[in-house]
Amino acid sequence: MKMSTVRLTINGLRVHVPAGISVATAIALVGQPFRHSVTGEPRAPLCGMGVCFECRVRIDGVAQQRACQRVVNPGMRVETDG
Amino acid sequence: MVDACDIVVVGAGPAGLAAAEAAASHGKRVVLIDSQPRAGGQVWRHDALHGQPRVAMDAIRAAAGNANVTYLEGTQVVAVEPERLLLQDARRGFHLAYGALVLATGARELLLPFPGWTLPGVTGAGGLQALAKQGWPLRGKRVLIAGSGPLLFAAAATAQRHGAHVVGIHEQAGASAVHRFAAGLWRWPGKLAQAARLRLELARVPYRTGSIVTTAEGDHGVSGAHVRGGQGDERIECDLLAVGYGLLPQVELAQLLGCALEPEGAHARVQVGPWQATSQPRVFAAGEACGIGGIDCARVEGHIAGLAAAGAAVPRALVQRRDRARAFAASLRQHFALRDDVRGLANDDTTICRCEDVSLGAVRTHTDAREAKLATRCGMGACQGRICGGALAELGHGPRGGMRPPLFPTRLATLGEPVLSSVSDTRGYTP
Amino acid sequence: MSGHDLIIVGAGIVGAACADYATMQGMRIAIVEPGVVGGGATAAAMGHLVAMDDDPAELALAHYSLGLWEAFANLPQAEFSRCGTLWVASNDEEFARIPEKIARLAASGVAAERVDARELYRLEPSLAPGLAGGMRVANEAVVFPPAVARHWVDRAITRGATYHADAVFRLDDRGVLLHGGQRLHGPVLLATGGALPSLLPGLPVRLRKGHLVITDRYPGVIRHQLLELGYADSAHGGDAASVAFNVQPRPTGQILIGSSREYDAVDTGVSMEMIRRMLERSFHFLPRLRELDAIRLWTGFRPVSVDGLPYLGRAPGRDDVWVAAAHEGLGVTTSLGSARVVVDQILGRAPAIDPTPYDPSRVQP
Ligand SMILES: Cc1cc2nc3c(=O)[nH]c(=O)nc-3n(C[C@H](O)[C@H](O)[C@H](O)COP(=O)(O)OP(=O)(O)OC[C@H]3O[C@@H](n4cnc5c(N)ncnc54)[C@H](O)[C@@H]3O)c2cc1C
Ligand SMILES: Cc1cc2nc3c(=O)[nH]c(=O)nc-3n(C[C@H](O)[C@H](O)[C@H](O)COP(=O)(O)OP(=O)(O)OC[C@H]3O[C@@H](n4cnc5c(N)ncnc54)[C@H](O)[C@@H]3O)c2cc1C
Ligand code: FES
Repeated sequence: MKMSTVRLTINGLRVHVPAGISVATAIALVGQPFRHSVTGEPRAPLCGMGVCFECRVRIDGVAQQRACQRVVNPGMRVETDG
Repeated sequence: MVDACDIVVVGAGPAGLAAAEAAASHGKRVVLIDSQPRAGGQVWRHDALHGQPRVAMDAIRAAAGNANVTYLEGTQVVAVEPERLLLQDARRGFHLAYGALVLATGARELLLPFPGWTLPGVTGAGGLQALAKQGWPLRGKRVLIAGSGPLLFAAAATAQRHGAHVVGIHEQAGASAVHRFAAGLWRWPGKLAQAARLRLELARVPYRTGSIVTTAEGDHGVSGAHVRGGQGDERIECDLLAVGYGLLPQVELAQLLGCALEPEGAHARVQVGPWQATSQPRVFAAGEACGIGGIDCARVEGHIAGLAAAGAAVPRALVQRRDRARAFAASLRQHFALRDDVRGLANDDTTICRCEDVSLGAVRTHTDAREAKLATRCGMGACQGRICGGALAELGHGPRGGMRPPLFPTRLATLGEPVLSSVSDTRGYTP
Repeated sequence: MSGHDLIIVGAGIVGAACADYATMQGMRIAIVEPGVVGGGATAAAMGHLVAMDDDPAELALAHYSLGLWEAFANLPQAEFSRCGTLWVASNDEEFARIPEKIARLAASGVAAERVDARELYRLEPSLAPGLAGGMRVANEAVVFPPAVARHWVDRAITRGATYHADAVFRLDDRGVLLHGGQRLHGPVLLATGGALPSLLPGLPVRLRKGHLVITDRYPGVIRHQLLELGYADSAHGGDAASVAFNVQPRPTGQILIGSSREYDAVDTGVSMEMIRRMLERSFHFLPRLRELDAIRLWTGFRPVSVDGLPYLGRAPGRDDVWVAAAHEGLGVTTSLGSARVVVDQILGRAPAIDPTPYDPSRVQP
């Protein structure tokens, strides 16, 4: 079975990732950092299920979206330190 | 105008799916809601690489595929009003009136703080499993799994199937407790078979009991962990560290609805009667929201709740099955009870509130959760105290206070949405 | 137990300010508070330090207090942020009334300036198009009230105040009787906010419920506390439930959205209907809010006197009972001035501003 891919941009980089994965996973796949905490520490997904809010990113201009709760869509614009 | 339906089921895990199917099969119009992009809940979470097990696909087809069921995926319940819910999906907010409600909101992981737990690469155990199923890159990664309970095995197996090198599973409970639990498993043959399968699959992975991760280390991400156990302290190198201390019921929606809760250890679960009725009229609850009980318990409770919400008779056999499944849960709780030292891993400098970066030392001096919140911002952030609240309760700093709306961070447009929309608009909306 | 110079009942922002000032004057005081310090109306407030020009006595007290707040501008836990206030004119008529307002404020020493539409959008690009202009009060600020109350109580305790985590059950001839049975002797200052009538039935207080919404962190969306110039109409208007555009940038980047006013609501619960009305009003002025996430909704009760001015002074017909309560929607702002007006009188000194308008004896039994 050949996996279809989706094209999106993450922090301005154009990337191809497998269809059906979460935005959080796409960020990890391309090796981009996640958010910084309010005192500037680097953070990354913790719970994987939408309750910890450590994976928040900006998607298509809207900030504070949980990346583990969204599946990648073609053309999505994702920014990780919004 | 608010569009109505007979029964709203919140949560499309094993409990919610069973409830929706049972109610729909009695001719009720059911709306099934789940915030995740796909049905299945935690245990049947869709795996981007391996799909879903047959039993999950069957349960999903039986519920979401039923002509009487409208399934709204990627939709979150965010607030309640008398007789109606406020919902939002990625695009919009809308109201939904209900005749009866089944809460099948499941559980989340109990995550306890220890030095280094905020480093990227440190996740929950179930958290790692969930991320793996979303496609998280694990191939060739050294993964250390720790915490407590059977979920550690499930997480390890998933990680391994995704190509991870699992360097060890560290269970905090002592060997004798774990052996007693295993020795009692014959009473639940299904569980025994499942445990045996997992053990075989993980035969090459070292399993340690009485062993605790005390610290995670690394510069920009985790690179190793200190483990304390029978053989003293050792440092284990890893690329990912997954630590989960079991589960706690998600009762926030029940709380907003005014349903009575009862204690489950240091946490709370929804109080239900023999037919899964909560203390609020026409509100039922099923599955792990009513106490951690595992998948079999969730399915049978969902079935009972669906029948009861539909006003149908509940066969005695179902009630007996539920009670047997609940007995399994009690055995789990007893044997995997947390040892005191896991509550003492965090020091005064350890971050407890990850949203607002508040240290344990800052909140320790306050005796009252509300006072601590006003003085330190602990629990004021986006997770609304879900992570730090559970941890503080487990650490003995008192229970969390009442729940204020919204249930999850919610677009202001949704909260400002006039009471007009109708659920029929959303039929056929499947992204 | 020996007598106190003063027993302060209630540790909201007003009682806390009184405790801080009284101990600064060397008084030996007791503080009685059954709950969390600053956990009443004080914890629900927006924390906007603002002068309103619609009543001269209110304005005098606000201006006096705003000067005193400067001493806390650098206190970290106060989260003091001098964002300024920008009053927004929806139409030419409101815009035309700005000079009168500026004159009234100036007469009390508060500096304000009129800004035309161009300047308005330069200051706040996210405002909806079509507004006429506004009035900017650059010096005004916002604080986090419960943390300030906590700080003042802690300071009073370091100066020797005793703290009693209990409620006053009733007043007696020589002081107060606590629920736990303990008696404290000395003159009494009631700073119990909306609960005043339960200890002093002669002074009526009505509760005016308010709803607030706070967002996640979105730094830079707005820079000033923004209010509609029509606000005063709703703030001091009649009995009907009303909403007004009133949004605040928190130093965290969060946006705090008010405000609703509703008399005689009894339950503390959030009314989604009220939230809808409030947000509709806010979207009208600030459409960008629609896409932001709210993380919490809550309510609070403003304690309102018979005429909207606080009760500050001796309780009618009582020698040793004093009152500092019923500050409606301005008690955070006016806490510092209120404390001085009352405590100076207790010490037999003339307050810095004329205390007559706030004298509780204005209430006829
Ligand atoms: C991360 C994690 C991994 C797990 N992995 C396993 C495993 O591998 N094997 C195993 O046997 N058990 C596992 N469990 C235990 C699992 O919880 C139960 O076995 C089973 O899934 C419980 O079923 P449930 O229907 O009660 O709840 P869940 O399956 O948790 O389903 C609850 C659903 O409700 C939804 N929901 C909650 N609140 C709202 C809301 N406000 N609006 C909309 N939707 C909402 C959630 O998105 C979720 O999908 C795991 C638990 C967790 C937390
Ligand atoms: C939604 C809202 C927004 C607001 N925004 C602002 C604003 O932006 N700016 C502003 O200046 N003001 C604002 N206010 C008004 C301000 O919050 C109040 O005027 C102020 O907090 C009143 O303070 P207080 O100390 O009198 O009352 P409280 O804070 O209510 O304190 C009274 C205390 O007395 C205690 N008490 C009661 N009975 C007893 C007893 N028998 N014995 C002992 N103790 C007792 C209570 O426990 C309580 O702690 C707002 C109010 C609301 C509701
Ligand atoms: S990883 Fe916890 S919310 Fe996404």
